[in-house]
Amino acid sequence: MTPSEPTPQSDSASQGRQAIPQEPASARSARQSRRAFLFKLSLLANGAVGAVLAVPIIGYLLGPALKKSSRYDSWIALGPIGDFPENETRLVNFRNPITTSWDGQTGDIPCWVRRVSGNTFQVFAINCAHLGCPVRWFAQSKLFLCPCHGGAYYADGSRASGPPERGLFEYDHKIIANTLMIRVGEMPTLAQHACAEPPLRRLDGSTNLVSIEKPKPGGVSCQG
Amino acid sequence: MSGMRKGGIAIYNWLERRLGLGQPARAAAVHEVPSSTSSWWYVFGSAATVILGLQVVTGILLALVYTPSASHAWSSLQFLDNNIQLGWFLRALHGWGSDFMIAIVVIHMAQVFLFGAYKFPRELTWIVGVFLLLLTLGMAFTGQVLRFDQDSYWGLGIGASILSRVPIIGGSLVDLMLGGPIIAGPTLTRFFALHVFIVPGILLVLVGLHLWMVLRLGINEWPMPGRIVSRATYAQEYSTLTKETGIPFVPDAAWKDAIFAAAIMLAVIACALFFGPFGPTGQPDPTIIQTAPKPDFAFLWIFAVLAYLPPNLETPVLFIAPIVIIGTMLLLPLVAGEGEKHWSRRPVAVLMIAIIAVTLGVLTRLGMYTPWSPIMDAWTSDPIPTAYLHDRTPLEREGAIVFQNKQCRDCHSIGGEGGLRGPALDSIATRMTEDQIIRQVLQGGGNMPAYGNSLSPSETTALVRFLTTLRGNDLAPAIDASRHMALSGKLPSTMPNGR
Repeated sequence: MTPSEPTPQSDSASQGRQAIPQEPASARSARQSRRAFLFKLSLLANGAVGAVLAVPIIGYLLGPALKKSSRYDSWIALGPIGDFPENETRLVNFRNPITTSWDGQTGDIPCWVRRVSGNTFQVFAINCAHLGCPVRWFAQSKLFLCPCHGGAYYADGSRASGPPERGLFEYDHKIIANTLMIRVGEMPTLAQHACAEPPLRRLDGSTNLVSIEKPKPGGVSCQG
Repeated sequence: MSGMRKGGIAIYNWLERRLGLGQPARAAAVHEVPSSTSSWWYVFGSAATVILGLQVVTGILLALVYTPSASHAWSSLQFLDNNIQLGWFLRALHGWGSDFMIAIVVIHMAQVFLFGAYKFPRELTWIVGVFLLLLTLGMAFTGQVLRFDQDSYWGLGIGASILSRVPIIGGSLVDLMLGGPIIAGPTLTRFFALHVFIVPGILLVLVGLHLWMVLRLGINEWPMPGRIVSRATYAQEYSTLTKETGIPFVPDAAWKDAIFAAAIMLAVIACALFFGPFGPTGQPDPTIIQTAPKPDFAFLWIFAVLAYLPPNLETPVLFIAPIVIIGTMLLLPLVAGEGEKHWSRRPVAVLMIAIIAVTLGVLTRLGMYTPWSPIMDAWTSDPIPTAYLHDRTPLEREGAIVFQNKQCRDCHSIGGEGGLRGPALDSIATRMTEDQIIRQVLQGGGNMPAYGNSLSPSETTALVRFLTTLRGNDLAPAIDASRHMALSGKLPSTMPNGR
């Protein structure tokens, strides 16, 4: 509506509106209060409908977060233990147990398998404990190095230097019928593994001093 | 000719009678602004809006081809680059448009801050502007994710790792962000929805609000030293100023906006033409670990901050700093809504801009060459300078081989080649004695891992012998003063020249 440019239609319309006989003020206000009440009622009804609708929408949105992380995890086979020479650390790829058919290559996850000796294994996640970048194993200097911010870990996964506040994430593993099995499913982050790594630097890595010294939960023991 | 003109006017009138938009639009265009605002300093906001338009158009055009599926996104970008006529150019325009948009928005923000434009009555305009900056950065991050390559994949990993540090609900936030247990198909689709629907939707609404307030409250006048903003008198002063010096925005002031916007668009087009699209880098395949992930330009400074924070401060800083920074920006106009606008009377404001600019600049520069990252293949590719092998004993040369084999060069440079994580070792023997070098190598310390477990005694001896020959330009070697004292039996005061 443009007030500066009156048109014939709008003029006639306003005249027409004025032509309607005015009701007495009391009757109008009475009807207004009834209409106002009905309008408030309609607001209430729509609010209720909105609340009912919000429940499934919020449930849908929060779906991924409401799932227990343990439900993602399952045991998968990495291969016969003969594939892993003693005293070596090797990169092994596995297909994540939970994928969609359109995940493509992102469903293939690598991990570092270290066979200390015999049936003693360590399986490390590829993700640096600092910010999740892929760590690389350097066999000569016996270090895992991270390309992003230079986090370094010793052969047994314990923190060596740099910004990570703990050692590498380790997957649970077991050996069944000479096959190495690991428990995987979810990308390892500090949320699930806040501080599993012991504060001790195990230089030889083969003996598990940690079983005697229980790792303390909390941030303090994470410091390398 | 005149018949066509008449026809055009008739069509316009027919539409205008029904829409009624032409009149208010014309009124808005020709509204009076203080003549001092017809300045080349006042062109950044409109330029940002124009680039936003470019981003919307190019974004929609890219969506004609792009496939938001984890298994196909990367190949659909290759298809866009190589098989679709001018697909590469559209990708380049969108990518460079994004970088220019962030730059212009940041410059716009610095300009309105220095001109005191956030003061009464334009507080809310500034606050909405802060959200516009955050949304612009949000568009940049989600856009980088849609370029589903290695950097994008590991960038998501970095994002998830940061979120996982949130106390208590960190794990749930990671699940929400990834849409599942790992970075995969559902992750990409939710970032697609964010980048294409959610963030731009909010962005466009807020841009509308921002512009509406600029029109409603009037553009900030050119500040003058001594002209104090006060809530009681400002409206009167502004209307007097506009009445006295007012010029119609279109065309008297707007031509500068239009010229600058055109120049910026030309710059975007030129960059797109000469430099081409960004990536995609390698495929988003986590099993390819030979990669050094890096975020896009706008986030390099954050990448640098994450490298330098001490481990035990990292989590608190990660969550407290953004709240403090964003909170300060939001509260600024509410706390300092009155007073001086001119920069010459606001030295703290000028100093802050200078410090922030230098800090962001330095951190971004560091993020470009990441001195904190080991160079993963330096030990295989960079040779030891022959000068460092001349006149060396066999043991010392053996040490040079140990130095190379044990991958010391991934972190230490020698002869200018190698990593920057540790100090350059060309003159290490002038700073450390043999004993100190042995201790440092075997036990580590500072930022260096301990190598006691990966070096045999003979390797250690050879390596340290080699390192003790590295004395830069034949400088004097570091010595242990106490040893000299012990051997000679003299007190330090009697020693000439400290030797």
